Amino acid sequence: MLDISSTDVLLIGGGGAGLRAAIAVAETNPNLTVAVVSKVYPMRSHTVSAEGGAAGVIRPDDSFDEHAYDTISGGDWLPDQDAVEMFVKEAPLELMRLEHWGCPWNREPDGHVAVRPFGGMKKERTWFAADKTGFHMLHTLFQTSLKYNAVQRYDEYYATKLLIEDGQVQGCVAIEISSGKIQAIAARAVILCTGGAGRVFPFTTNAAIKTGDGMALAYRAGAPLKDMEFVQYHPTGLPFTGILITEAARAEGGYLINKDGYRYLQDYSLGKPQPEPVLRTMELGPRDRLSQAFVKEYEKGRTIDGPYGAVVHLDLRHLGEKKINAKIPFVRELCLKYENLDPVKELIPVRPVIHYVMGGIHTDINGATPFKGLYAAGEAACVSINGANRLGSNSLTECLVFGAKAGRDAAEFASVQKMPGRHLLAQAADEETRLDDQFLNKTGGRERIATIREEMQKTMEQSAGIYRSGESLERGANKLRELQERFLDVGLDDHSRTFNTELVAALELGSMLDVAEAMIQCALHRTESRGAHQRTDFPARDDQNFLAHSVVARQEDGVPQVSYLPVTITRWPPAERVYGK
Amino acid sequence: MATYTSYPPKGYRVRMSTYWWLGRWPYLKFILREISSVFVAWFVIETLLQINALIDGPEAWLEMQDFFTNPIVIALNVISLFFVVFHAITWFNLAPKAMAVRVGGKRVPGILIAGPQYVAWVIVSAAVAWLLLHG
Amino acid sequence: MAEQIALEVTRFSPERDKTPSIQSFDVPLRKEWVVLDALNYVKDKVDGSLSFRWSCRMGVCGSCGMMVNGEPKLTCATFLTDYAPGPVRVEPLKNFPVRRDLIVEITDFLEKLSKVKPWLIRDKEKAPSEGEYLQSPEQLETFRQYSMCINCLLCYAACPVYGLDPLFAGPAALALAQRYNMDSRDEGKSERLDILSQHDGIWGCTFVGDCTQVCPKHVDPAGAIQQYKLTATQEWVKSLLMPWGGK
Repeated sequence: MLDISSTDVLLIGGGGAGLRAAIAVAETNPNLTVAVVSKVYPMRSHTVSAEGGAAGVIRPDDSFDEHAYDTISGGDWLPDQDAVEMFVKEAPLELMRLEHWGCPWNREPDGHVAVRPFGGMKKERTWFAADKTGFHMLHTLFQTSLKYNAVQRYDEYYATKLLIEDGQVQGCVAIEISSGKIQAIAARAVILCTGGAGRVFPFTTNAAIKTGDGMALAYRAGAPLKDMEFVQYHPTGLPFTGILITEAARAEGGYLINKDGYRYLQDYSLGKPQPEPVLRTMELGPRDRLSQAFVKEYEKGRTIDGPYGAVVHLDLRHLGEKKINAKIPFVRELCLKYENLDPVKELIPVRPVIHYVMGGIHTDINGATPFKGLYAAGEAACVSINGANRLGSNSLTECLVFGAKAGRDAAEFASVQKMPGRHLLAQAADEETRLDDQFLNKTGGRERIATIREEMQKTMEQSAGIYRSGESLERGANKLRELQERFLDVGLDDHSRTFNTELVAALELGSMLDVAEAMIQCALHRTESRGAHQRTDFPARDDQNFLAHSVVARQEDGVPQVSYLPVTITRWPPAERVYGK
Repeated sequence: MATYTSYPPKGYRVRMSTYWWLGRWPYLKFILREISSVFVAWFVIETLLQINALIDGPEAWLEMQDFFTNPIVIALNVISLFFVVFHAITWFNLAPKAMAVRVGGKRVPGILIAGPQYVAWVIVSAAVAWLLLHG
Repeated sequence: MAEQIALEVTRFSPERDKTPSIQSFDVPLRKEWVVLDALNYVKDKVDGSLSFRWSCRMGVCGSCGMMVNGEPKLTCATFLTDYAPGPVRVEPLKNFPVRRDLIVEITDFLEKLSKVKPWLIRDKEKAPSEGEYLQSPEQLETFRQYSMCINCLLCYAACPVYGLDPLFAGPAALALAQRYNMDSRDEGKSERLDILSQHDGIWGCTFVGDCTQVCPKHVDPAGAIQQYKLTATQEWVKSLLMPWGGK
């Protein structure tokens, strides 16, 4: 079954960036219609899990330049400085706008918004709403979006392809998951806000839905992806669920120990072990150094073999029940409620987990991709303000700032475009045939989705994990090619059309394989180490050749090609990245 | 081979059984609480009947007393007493939920709202009992 | 500990079935596995056609609400070992139409949510450059609890009124309306009063209280509704005594 509808601006993705963009369009031009296509109901988007906070300068002793400098140096001088300068200026305005929409930011006793310190930020500028900032932001945005009649939602629609004509993006084809109906949505502008792709890796804090669908949509359409080799690990996540154990657990005095009960971080130039935590040493060292220490311990055979892979232990037992309940009750609650484990009595198994993808769809400072009619914002996009390593609390603000920017820009662009015609329905019909032939009506497929997915994840962790080498990446690239072949032989158990979640899982796997290919290609070509991309064969930073963004685009013949785009430097010449917190 | 229906059915509705309230203890407790109001009404009617009998004179009052010695009436009143007490307890315990009283920015704990009601109940009951038995 | 446990799940594919039925699978019983892990095990390894919603796996997205042995639960926060030796019966959330297997239709809730105007209503708005609306920590505390709703809809599954009368607005929608009513920055009380004080608004609630019991985020929707009944009644009395009165 086929249907076509039209809208002025089409949002694919209904999380923090997507909803902010939708509101921006509705406010910029109330005559425009906005459609929000999301494969889940918007309040389920992964923005909801963010806990820490959102950065924006509001203290009088703070300044835009300092926020910008922290971001640029934290990103190992890969962020585009013009974008960062714009970002830090817009940040407090966007956060304030959210407050006006009802977001329950924590307050000082005098009624003003409170800010707190956060890793990597040298001044206090992180706005927060209890320890559920992303949750409150998303629900505020979602509930506010209900005000605008111009916003039409397509809930639980999975976008499978961008509609392109005359070199311009003209909408998308989506499956109504509840019925299997193929919906063509013609649009004068499209904004991709589909989030990151943490599920490409086996251990991740990311939800099941973070499969890089928008990145794949753009990539397949020929739009370039940027800086895909930069993926951020958080050093302490639970091995099975990937749930984050916050830095606060270590800040209160937790120890990281290996299988001999030894505080191994002292072997890695991170200071001497003290009974009490000391800022910037041992367990409070920089995140990437902690993740790297884990890998080294694993290579020495000193990690513990858990049922879900290698782990180390986070020991909180010496803090005592009283202190744990007073200072870090949510850590205890998370362990008890979701892992059946009590940190007061037991050791917490932890390992580095993928948390954020710095790379994404290449956009300019306004969220526009080089593809006419196509925009992107949020984690799915790469402007870039995060560069080689993202600072905590910048990404929630990024969703707002660039969601708004892309929304406004797309609204202006759309208002002078012609509405695409019904002939696009033919492309939708082709897509319907493809889905039927490749998945729904096919019998005899020998591969299971879960098998290919797990092998892909294992491959990515081994070849493009915390440490990479030319050799591991080549192996990874070969394995991925094999998996892409085997993917064509995938067989579904579910051939129905009503809520066929297995079909969605298969399409998501296809997206992940494409994103993985882009990541490995970019990592292979960057022969230096910078930020989150660490090459054992090229351990030094090489500003001479690589003060540039990797740009990967799929050519007509399907082969990915990597090129380089110089970083925009305005006022801060590259310096040594000093390992501050 | 999968086929479409032109109007995808919007879902299968599971009918709620007439005996839904027997399925779980919280539901049963709720229905008992609601039914208890019938017994409260019965006590009210009894009180009104007694007042009416008092007004009508000594004969009517004696008839009333006979009525109350009837074993069926006694049984009914015992059951009613249980339900009235149950009604009062559930009412008092629910009151703090329905009233968010804040003093100095902090919410007053439930026991400080339910508690005084129990105390008042005991005091008033004691006073009435004293009046009836001694006064 | 036993190695396995029986998982009984509702199966329903409207293209094939007239009514839902139960299918049993044997799944591994591990200490840290929740019901959702068992469902994913079946979907990945045994029968890919088992359909259910899930996402964050940590009780904040609200997708994975289902009935586990007759109680509404978040399947990501319900340990299999709590039901050993089993069987564990997983059924779709009660009081909603079943679309497929364990997936229910929730558009009704979203429509009701829109109706109660869950956004900040103000007569005059400030520009972002003019700064925040001041709000003390105490003022924030008055509504913070009601803002914690993850829209998991376990409360609707627990509410017998909603089961008997699908027109009832329901616990979460009413609690979210109250979240805005009690926000010191909001000026929309009177706008919401009309919608909320209808027959199927707060007055549909008979204070069964089960919604509060099952809420995984301790929102206390029952409390929110009863408190609003008090407010609505006060407003009604005021309108009787002072019919000329402004908002």
